This record gives sequence, structure tokens and C-alpha cells, in this order.
Amino acid sequence: MTRTTRLPAAVLAAAALAFGVAACGSDNGGGSSGGGGGASAPGITKTQVTVGGHFPLTGPAAPGYSEIPRAIDAYFQHVNAQGGINGRKLKMITRDDGYNPTNTVKVTKQLVLQDKVFAILGGLGTPTHTKVVDFLNASRVPDLFVSSGCLCWDEPDKHPWTFGWQTDYKVEGKILGQYIADHYKGKKVAYFLQNDDFGTDGAAGLDQYVPKASVVTRQTYEPGNTDIGPQMAKIKASGAEVIASFSIPAYTALVTLAGVKLDYHPQLVVSNVGADPTTLTGLLKAFSKGKAPASLIDGVRSAYYLPSGDDTSNPWIAQFKMIHDKYIPKLPWDGNVLYGEALAFTFAEALAQAGQNPTRQGIVDVLESGKVKGPGLVPFRYSKDSHAGFTGEAQSVIKDGKLVEEGKALQTDDGSGDITPTDFDPGQPPANMIPAGSD
Amino acid sequence: MATRTAVVGDKERRRPMERARQATLVRHLTVALVAGLVLYVVSNALSAFDNLQLATMAYSFTAVAGLTVLTGLNGQVSLGHGAFMCIGAYATAKLLGEGTDHLPLALVLLLAALITAVGGVLAGAAAARLRGPYLAGATLALAVGLPTIADRFPTFLGASNGLTVIPSTPPASLGATFPLERWQAWITCLGALIVYVLLANLMRSRYGRAFRAVRDDEVAAELAGLHVARVQVLAFVVSAACAGLGGGLFVVVTQLAAPGAFALTLSVALLAAVVLGGLGSLWGAALGSAAIVLIPQWSDDLSKSLSLSSNVQANLALAVYGALLIGVMLAAPRGLAGAFDWVHQQVRRASTRREEEEQA
Repeated sequence: MTRTTRLPAAVLAAAALAFGVAACGSDNGGGSSGGGGGASAPGITKTQVTVGGHFPLTGPAAPGYSEIPRAIDAYFQHVNAQGGINGRKLKMITRDDGYNPTNTVKVTKQLVLQDKVFAILGGLGTPTHTKVVDFLNASRVPDLFVSSGCLCWDEPDKHPWTFGWQTDYKVEGKILGQYIADHYKGKKVAYFLQNDDFGTDGAAGLDQYVPKASVVTRQTYEPGNTDIGPQMAKIKASGAEVIASFSIPAYTALVTLAGVKLDYHPQLVVSNVGADPTTLTGLLKAFSKGKAPASLIDGVRSAYYLPSGDDTSNPWIAQFKMIHDKYIPKLPWDGNVLYGEALAFTFAEALAQAGQNPTRQGIVDVLESGKVKGPGLVPFRYSKDSHAGFTGEAQSVIKDGKLVEEGKALQTDDGSGDITPTDFDPGQPPANMIPAGSD
Repeated sequence: MATRTAVVGDKERRRPMERARQATLVRHLTVALVAGLVLYVVSNALSAFDNLQLATMAYSFTAVAGLTVLTGLNGQVSLGHGAFMCIGAYATAKLLGEGTDHLPLALVLLLAALITAVGGVLAGAAAARLRGPYLAGATLALAVGLPTIADRFPTFLGASNGLTVIPSTPPASLGATFPLERWQAWITCLGALIVYVLLANLMRSRYGRAFRAVRDDEVAAELAGLHVARVQVLAFVVSAACAGLGGGLFVVVTQLAAPGAFALTLSVALLAAVVLGGLGSLWGAALGSAAIVLIPQWSDDLSKSLSLSSNVQANLALAVYGALLIGVMLAAPRGLAGAFDWVHQQVRRASTRREEEEQA
């Protein structure tokens, strides 16, 4: 019996397999071709623009960062309630990659091939997004405002469809490095770096200003491995009085807690990526089961390219906070929410300027024209030759759990250029926070 | 069994076509050819994303088929097959390198399978001394431990960042617009079909019988003259080589070998596919692979369509996946292949009954 059934059985299996795939294929096909009229590009119909992004909703990078896509969505809801951009509503599809590069590849292909998004917006992470840049550029999908400050997004020759957004880590390293060199002269400095381009780029910037002789140790950590005891023991043994850290929030919190355990209290200078006070306070509470006082992070230094979220007298912040309070009141009002809203605003600004019938090439052209101003303290560097985002930052420090910015914003390049103060002014936010078109 | 004796007895009167069908190799080649044709037609009709899914199923099948030989046929449980995929993936990524001037892809994949087979010898030698929960524990340690080696050699293995390779593009003769995903589906499906033919023949050969004999009763197998440990190591090697090829095909599809891909969940998913499809059945392995690719996809789409908060959404997909697995195992304890067999038997029984009635 087994012999006679084998052939039909195997064919049946192949057919079942084929049917399974075909069935889900037809579902998707129906979804994407639904709004044929008025489509100037994939993901765009007469009434809607669909974008997508990969974010860590689970895993080690999820605390804090998982709020970003929800903030993008909140701003989109606000825009949609006012009638959208050029009559089109904005839709954000978020897919979870758990900060795992393999999943990033999977979900990004899903966003492009299955969800047929117009553009990838705010795809988060350096180790993650580097794995999909080639795919997105080969597929000619606008890869806008990567949520990472890697220099690698600014390669218009190799990756003409990819644009950075936040200040890159080298510029930030230079600005933080200058502060360390000026204010902690002669003190021993330790580097604590994420073991990828995030850490490498940051260290390259720091090294331009921090004298080589005062750097006593360079320790790295692997995202995913939460045991940083050995690194912290070495840093303490080195006698460092300042730790310059390019770390995501969870690891900044771990450094702080390790300091308590070792009775070791150096000055922390942290990349803005891992220095949001609200996120850090939450993480400290979670990691120490409520035992660590919030005051632990007071005095942590950083630098930031957006107005501080705690400065509600700033008209942009007031508007962004209003959107937060209305659409995502359950999330804390923190740097991640502000980040997501500001990033979404920049997209809306570019989309509005791309005109009545936006195309994928059109939005790239708008960005390269340099007309998109954004809501930051410094301008973007966008041009034909540069796809880098914000070009500098203002020094900041955490005081009483709030982020306080000091002095004029500084700007510089990611080469060996000087750091100079800027008089850039983003002006007043547009009415209702809906950016106007170019006409 | 009775029918089989009858078949052999009738041999003289059978037509050439049917005699050909009896030759194991010819039969399996025919099946592979037919399945290949079906897959060719299907892949031409599918969208890019669905071709990607097909490719995922195909490389999963390669690993799952190997595991079903080990677990179903030889009775050794492995919770560590993700580790063998990991070896195959890193071997492929290293052999392909960062540039485009590398060995032919087929040779690279073959080498990856061979390198993994060497790993299988080591693991198999240890496994042959272990039974039941101890074997499960040892392979579990392999699955957890092996991928972290990449962290120890950040320059050679790229740490958690992984190694990336340039995609192998379709040949120019297929046209400039030939989708990459369909090409990847073809490569992986071809790999899967080759593995099918090899394993199907192996299962029918004296090695397959030796595997089964050792599974059913080690003492009896030893008395029958089989070297039990050697048979067990052989099963491990065959199984590891298949997983290694699966890992290599994985790199072809994702262009990435990173430790995050080979987490414990992968090993468990492979075993789930074996059990879900039906232990020891190759087309059960095909169904199981399809299930572990499609079910998470569907449960993800389902939880997305419910428009829940993103935290719930991210976790609901996993819960739905788990519930579905439990449901299938309750409804079909012998796996999907077992369920199909059961349906087939019922139909046959009904038709023989009808024939008997007609004759009477």
C-alpha cells in the first residue's frame, strides 16, 4: 500500500504547499491593487499614503524605542484628523524585528513586497538597518530617516534612496568629545561602546577631541548580553573619572546600576540615543525592582538636536505634547515620543512639498533640494551630495530628572571640520502642525 | 503487508511502466520531477513576497527533512538543529565572502553541507552515548551555545552584527526584470528536491532499515549484527548535513548569517515542524515546514487586523501560533501526514467495501 500511495501523496503535498502560498498570495494581491486610481507610486492611492518601518517592539531595545512607531502613528492620526496631506491620509505599518538583524531582513521584505509601502520610515537601529539598505536601494524604495546615527546612511552614491535623520554619531562624538576636553581637563576617561558602527562612529568623533593619553580603557558590549559586570570592573580598575558611553538606554541604565554596586561614581557623558531621562528612570526602576532612586541619573551629560521635551515654553514642544496628550496619553511624554513625532513631522513636510502626485523619486528630489527644515535646533545637511540628517546638537544635562539644554546649538561635519555655534531657527510651527506644500 | 506480497507475486504480469515505478530511484526522481514542475509553475505565478515565503519553506524543509530522519527514523531527539543550520550558514557566508568572485554557489553549498557534516560527526559521537532527556539536554546546549561563538570572534564572524553576502543574482539569460525572489525560490526548491531524492532513497535502503531497527530496539539491532553507535552517528551526520545545506540556503535568501537567526526558537521550530508534519515522513516534513512558515504569518496578520495596541499585537501572534500548534497536535496526534493517511485509509476502506458489495 505504501508504494502505491507515495506518488500521489507527494504530489498532493506539493500541491498543498502551492495552494497554501497561492491562497495567501491572492489575499495580498487584492489588498494592494485595491486602490488603483490616483496611484502615482506603490503605497499611494487617491486617499492614502502608506509607509512602514521596522522597530523593536520586543527584546532588549524595546524599552523606550517601542514608543517611536506609536508616536509616528499619533502624529499621523493628528494629520488625518485635519484632512491629511494634499488630501491623502497617512498610514504607518509597524513590524517588530526585536532588534534582531535576521528579523529585520524578514519584516522589511514583508513591508516592501507584501504591504507594498511607499517608503520605509524611521527603520530603527544600526546593526538591524544595515542589513536591509542594499535591498531597499535595489528595490528603489525611499528609505527615509533611519532611526540611527550611523554615518553609513549618508552614502548618496551607493545608497541614493537612503536618508539619515538624527545627528550622526561621529558629529555627536565630536561635540561630546569637545565638552570632555574642555571641562574635564586632565581627567582619566573610559569609553563604553556598543560593539558595532554605533560605538565605532561615536568613538571616532570622541577621539578627535579627547586627548589620546587620557583615554585609559575602551570597553564594548554586545546588545542582547546584559551582563556588563566584567567591563565595568575593568573601567573601575582603570581609575577613570569620566565614562563616555555610546549605548542604548538599557545599557546606560546598567552602567549606572553597576556603578552603585561597585560604589563607583564617575561622570557619565552619554550619546543622546541612550540618555533620555524618562526612559532611563523607568529602566532603573524596572532593573532594580524599584530600589534605585531616580536621582541616580542626575548630572548625566549628553547633547541633543531637538528642543528639550521638558521645555514646554517652546512652541514646537507645546504642539507635539498636545498631540501626545490627545492620541497616546498612556505613553510617558519622553524623548522617544518626541523623536517619533518630530520624525513623522519631517516626513509630512517632505510629502507636502512633493506635490499633488508624489512619487518615490519626487520625495527624494524634495529632500535633496534642501528645502525641508524640520523642527530641530540645527538644520539638516540634505543635498544632492549629502543624505545626512541634523548637523549638530546642543549640550545638555539631566537636572531633577529633566533634560536641560545649555547654550547655543553647535554644528559641525563628520570630517575634521571645526565645531561652530549656529543661529539656526526653525521658526514658528505651522498652523495645526500641518506642514504646507511648496506652492 | 499483504498487498505488498501480492504486488511482488504479480510482478511477471506487470507492465513496464509499473515495474519502473517500483525501482526506488526512478520513483523518487519522478516525484521530484513532478514536484519540481509544480513548483516551477507556482513560482512563476507567485508575487515576490510569496516566492520569498516559498524559499523560506524550501530551506526549512531541507533542515526539517534531515531532522525527521534523525528523530522519526532513528529515534534520536535533537533540540540543536538550529546550531547545524548556523554552521552551514556561517560556512556559506565565509565561502561566499564579501565580493562577487567566489566559488560557484552549488559548490559552496555542497562544502557548507560537508563542513556541517563534520560537525555532525562530533555531535553524533557524543549523542550516541546519550539517551532520551540527556540527549535532548546536550543538543539543547549546542543550540544555545554555538551561535554565541560568533561574539567571541568579532572580526572573523562579525559578532552579533553578523556576516553579509552579496545576493546571487539571476543569470542574465532570464531577463533583466527577472525577480530576485523567484530566483531564490528556484535555488532553494532545487536544494530541497535534491535532499528529498537523497533522503527518500536512503530511507528505503538498507541504511534506512538499519536506522529503523536501531530506533525500535537497540539490543535486537545489535543481535542482528548492526553496530548501533555507528548507525546513530551516521544518522546524525546525514541529518546535520541536511541542516547545514538548509543554513546555506538560508544565507542565499537573507544574505545574512547572524547569531540572532539561530536562537533556540529556531531549533524548537524545526522540531515542531517534524512533529507537526508527522515523525519520519518526508512529505510530513514538507507540510510541517509550510506550517511553521505560514502559521506565524497568518497569526501575525490576524493579530494585526484586530487593531490592538502594539504591545499586545507583538505577543498575540506568538500566542496564536502556540494555540494552533496545540490544536493540530490534539486533532492529529500523528501529525498532518498521519491525518492525511487516515483520511486516505478511510476513503480506501469505503471504496473496497463498495467493490466487495458490487462483486457480491
